[in-house]
Amino acid sequence: MPTYQQFPLPDAGEGLTEAEIVTWHVAVGDTVEVNQTIVEIETAKSLVDLPSPWSGVVTRLLVEPGTTVDVGTPIIEIDVDPGGAAAAAPASDEGASAQSDEAPVVTGSVRHVGGAERHRGVEPGGADEIEAARVAPAAQASAPVTEPAPAERQAVLVGYGVADAGAGRRPRAGAAASSATDGTGTAGTPATTGTPASPSAPSPDRGHHTLAKPPVRKLARDLGVDLDSVAPTGPGGIVTREDVLAHTAQAEARTLATYPGDDQPWLASGTVSSDGRQTRVPVKSVRKRTAEAMVSSAFSAPHVTVFHTVDVTRTMKLVERLRADREFADVRVTPLLVAAKALLLAVRRHPEINASWDDESQEIVYKHYVNLGIAAATPRGLVVPNIKDAHRLSLRELADGLADLTATARAGKVTPTDMSDGTITITNVGVFGIDTGTPILNPGEAAILAFGAIREQPWVHKGKIKIRHVTQLALSFDHRLVDGELGSRLLADVARVLAEPAHGLVWG
Amino acid sequence: MSTNATADATGVDTPDGIQNAQAPTQPAGPLSTEGLVQLLTPGGERVHDERYDGLVAHLDADALRAMYRDMVLVRRFDNEATSLQRQGELALFAQSLGQEAAQIGSAYALSPLDHVFPSYREHGVAHVRGLELTDLLRLFRGVDHGGWDPADHGFHLYTLVIGSHTLHATGYAMGIQRDGAVGTGDPTRDAAVVTYFGDGATAQGDVSEALTFAAVNEAPIVFFCQNNQWAISESTTHQARVPIANRAPGVGIPAVRVDGNDVLATYAVTQEALQRAHSGGGPSFIEAFTYRMGAHTTSDDPSRYRSSEQEEYWRQRDPIDRLRLHLESIGELPADFVEKLDAEGEALGEHVRTTVRGMGRPSPASMFEHVYATPHSVVESERAWFQGYESSFLEHGHHGEGSHR
Repeated sequence: MPTYQQFPLPDAGEGLTEAEIVTWHVAVGDTVEVNQTIVEIETAKSLVDLPSPWSGVVTRLLVEPGTTVDVGTPIIEIDVDPGGAAAAAPASDEGASAQSDEAPVVTGSVRHVGGAERHRGVEPGGADEIEAARVAPAAQASAPVTEPAPAERQAVLVGYGVADAGAGRRPRAGAAASSATDGTGTAGTPATTGTPASPSAPSPDRGHHTLAKPPVRKLARDLGVDLDSVAPTGPGGIVTREDVLAHTAQAEARTLATYPGDDQPWLASGTVSSDGRQTRVPVKSVRKRTAEAMVSSAFSAPHVTVFHTVDVTRTMKLVERLRADREFADVRVTPLLVAAKALLLAVRRHPEINASWDDESQEIVYKHYVNLGIAAATPRGLVVPNIKDAHRLSLRELADGLADLTATARAGKVTPTDMSDGTITITNVGVFGIDTGTPILNPGEAAILAFGAIREQPWVHKGKIKIRHVTQLALSFDHRLVDGELGSRLLADVARVLAEPAHGLVWG
Repeated sequence: MSTNATADATGVDTPDGIQNAQAPTQPAGPLSTEGLVQLLTPGGERVHDERYDGLVAHLDADALRAMYRDMVLVRRFDNEATSLQRQGELALFAQSLGQEAAQIGSAYALSPLDHVFPSYREHGVAHVRGLELTDLLRLFRGVDHGGWDPADHGFHLYTLVIGSHTLHATGYAMGIQRDGAVGTGDPTRDAAVVTYFGDGATAQGDVSEALTFAAVNEAPIVFFCQNNQWAISESTTHQARVPIANRAPGVGIPAVRVDGNDVLATYAVTQEALQRAHSGGGPSFIEAFTYRMGAHTTSDDPSRYRSSEQEEYWRQRDPIDRLRLHLESIGELPADFVEKLDAEGEALGEHVRTTVRGMGRPSPASMFEHVYATPHSVVESERAWFQGYESSFLEHGHHGEGSHR
């Protein structure tokens, strides 16, 4: 029985993807021998003669001369058993339903090519005659495949398989194996592993591994999205970035939620975990930098914190007077302003505190300037912008600087320049009603002052118990370069100015 | 006759050739045919050479016919493999076309104890060493990193990196030396190394280093350079100003130039070099002056950089024709032998075709084999992990048999 073999265009070079058919050396009806030159092709590199892989009779030339085709495209069909009995007729192109019944066509190396795909190549003018020339009792639907089975023939060679780029992955043995393997080495996927799929969840096809590019996989992991539950729209069934984002936007809670509202994400940037009981927020931008800075500071600089409780009643009176002062009419005057000035005055008396530890060169760098950092809570998180050359500023200019800094931080417009090269910092925990704390140094600085809440308290004043405005100060410093004495003296001086702002006239 | 052939051979694309050879004040160029040892003229006529006649005296008509048969079969293999590449069955192939005499002749001189370090075109040597020729194609089909056990036939894996294997060969030879398997006078014990490389490889630092190490250690090694005149598209004249063989004396290695299309002469000079190596006399350098009649590989188109006149010139000096003419002239090529050989060639072609098409894919786990010579805990744990990973798929074990080497 006739057996038709189609010869796919090979990669005649290394990694070529296409070639032009230049000249056919055989015609339909010709008998060819193995290794007989049948066609000349031109690749990007050279003119190449292709030898026939089989002996037999040429039944069709599938590509016209002058045509460029992809590697892997069938170019010629040869009946390798022309002496056989009645031939089976290939179905016509129109008869889609009949295609599966047609005589098998075995390609040289790549794959079975059947039905319409067979005719993807350019049909030469004589194709109809060739079809007609075939003895075609349609009843004989299946001619045997005499060549080795396609599995053996699918040599994975350079350049082959280009046309089949939309490949899938091998199916996994089961969901358990799948998630166990996925979890290997990716500790950040608790949201997708070990969680039984809830009834309302889209049932992912566990037999087929979801396709996605690595950045998209990472995005999904960051967002806590189970890739298997995302509907893919990309070519070849690939989940795209947009698919993941779209899925996030409509991320519905799962039914395990018990109380109303449990299943809503708590933060705009967060997503609800698959059981509806947690909001997961990717650590990024400010949060990430804060974490890094705190870890680096806390584990490189040995922190010591000293505390001082101080009567700031006179500072409060000063603040009141300044608020009434015409020179401060259009600017906000706060106790923090006085505290900042007090710190600057104290630094002037103890300039060694205004320094940084250069671990790399094993040097201590003393700064001749003060860039005064103010820790600010912003919608984006904690930022520490600083007021440049604060040591040169008058109280009014310092007030302006603080106002600008606060406005910029609230607007979320703090630039890296605003935050760089700070020399010492104040964190105003008092605004939250907190007495004090043990602040962590802004990396690269030697000291940070925590300014606590100011409360009316019974206080011994001039030998009598009076109601006074009292606050607590805490100073953390880097003990590598600041000893307890220096830190204590600095904090005492800050406290003295706050207790008696007139000291500013003495030291300023 | 011999003089004529010498003059002819320089007649193509050799700007430094005849002219320089005739002017004694200038060194001969790298394509000079001066001083080539030759025992058979291109016309098949036996010429006598005092020094080398004795080394080929024992080769009777049967031996010559055996050489002829091997040359013909290797060429048949070469053609079949080239066709298979053009049919998409091999990713790449490098022909040995035209270099059969250099390869078969030198390989016949080897003793079973010797070890060969080939480049990637030494199909003739592999055949004589007893390798199954189709095993050579596992690499070119991309189903194997090697294809055979180098210890089986004293034939190392093909090395596609140019010249690097000459260092491995030198090291192996020094190992033989340290095993005391040199200069014992016992032919069942003395061993040597032959490494094959091309004219282009001599421009690599590796080859210079190998020559230097071999020389100072007096290693039992033969450097067999097949000067096929083309380093891909670069002529030898772009690689050297003097004959390639002239490099060896500079590091203290005796060198000889031989007509590489003369199977008898290459046999003789290799025999001489191996005797020196076996006896503890140290390394030798052989330059076999030949011609790459085919493309560099199937990815190459030589018509872009060399003339058809040059190719025709060398086609008329085909090494197989030379031996055939000789056998015919002495009446030792009977028709039935030729007929039988033709049939053998056809059978070989069919065998190569069928074997290559039927080559399965190696199992993925086979990549862990041969990483180390002995069991290795890291490799074992990686193998175990990989097996677990593979078994997590629904379909596994659908790969064909086979293994990496």
